[in-house]
Amino acid sequence: MLINHPLLGPRDASEFIYKGDAALIHRPDPTAPDAQEVFIDYGYLRDNPAGAHRELWFHEQGDRSWLVVTRDTVTHEITEVELARDVARREGRSK
Amino acid sequence: MHDLVAITPLGAVRPKVDSHGPVTLTEVTDRALASVAARLGHEAETATALERLLGAPAPGPARHGGKSLMAFWMGPEQWMVEASFETHEDLARQIGSDLGAAASVTEQTDAWCRFDLTGDGLADVFERLTTANVRAFEGGEAQRASVDHMGCFVLCHDARHISVLGPRSSAGSLHHALLTAMRSAH
Repeated sequence: MLINHPLLGPRDASEFIYKGDAALIHRPDPTAPDAQEVFIDYGYLRDNPAGAHRELWFHEQGDRSWLVVTRDTVTHEITEVELARDVARREGRSK
Repeated sequence: MHDLVAITPLGAVRPKVDSHGPVTLTEVTDRALASVAARLGHEAETATALERLLGAPAPGPARHGGKSLMAFWMGPEQWMVEASFETHEDLARQIGSDLGAAASVTEQTDAWCRFDLTGDGLADVFERLTTANVRAFEGGEAQRASVDHMGCFVLCHDARHISVLGPRSSAGSLHHALLTAMRSAH
C-alpha cells in the first residue's frame, strides 16, 4: 500500500504508523461542564464505517508529520491525504 | 581542565575507513550539526534567517543545499544545519543568536554518527538497506528513511557520494549493516 504524502510523494505504508480515527484531532475542552461525558465519547466511541474513513497516520520513518488519510476500509483505496496540521488549522485550531 | 581524548562514534581515536570492491566507507567526524525548528507564526522569518546563514534559500522537502553553511530538510519548517566542526564547534550557539526567538535551535553534533560511501554501484548497496529510492538520486536529495531498521538520513551529494547520518548510539550496528550490504552487493 502506498500513501501519497503531500510533501514527499508516494511512500510505502511500512514507513507509517496508524493511529486511528481522525476525529481524535477534536480533543474536547476539559473545563466544559459536560467534560466527563464528552471525554468518554472521545476516548471510547468510534464509528466503524464500511467505506470512506478519515484516519490519522504518522510518518515515523520519514519526516515525522501527522497525516489525515481518507481510506476506503473495504477496498483500501486512498482518496485523499492531507497534513493533519493543515486540517487542524482549517478548523480554527493550532493558530 | 581534564585532558580528555575525543573518540569517534565507533570508539576509536581515528575515523574508520573500510573499502570493499568499488565502494569506500568512511566514518565522518568533522561535521557540527544543529537542528532548526521554526516556531509557530515565525515560519517566514526563520526561512529568511536561514537563507542569510546558508547563502542560499532554505532547502525544500527532502532536499539539502547551501553555500556558506549546509542544511538539509527534516520536516515541515524543520532543518538540520551542518558546518565544519573545526570552525563551528558551537554551531547551535552561533546560529541561535542569528535566529533569535523565531526558531528553536538544538545542538545535534553528538546525537548522530555519519558514514560516507563513495565509489560506484552505491544504489546496489542501498537497495539492500532501505526503501529510499537511491537509484533515482542525482544529487541534492536528503531523505529520512529506515536503514536496516534504524532511523537515518540519507544524503546524496552525487551518484558516487552518499552520506548516511544515523543515531550515534547505534553507530556500530549501522557500520556493520553498511559493510555487510557492501560485501553482499559487490
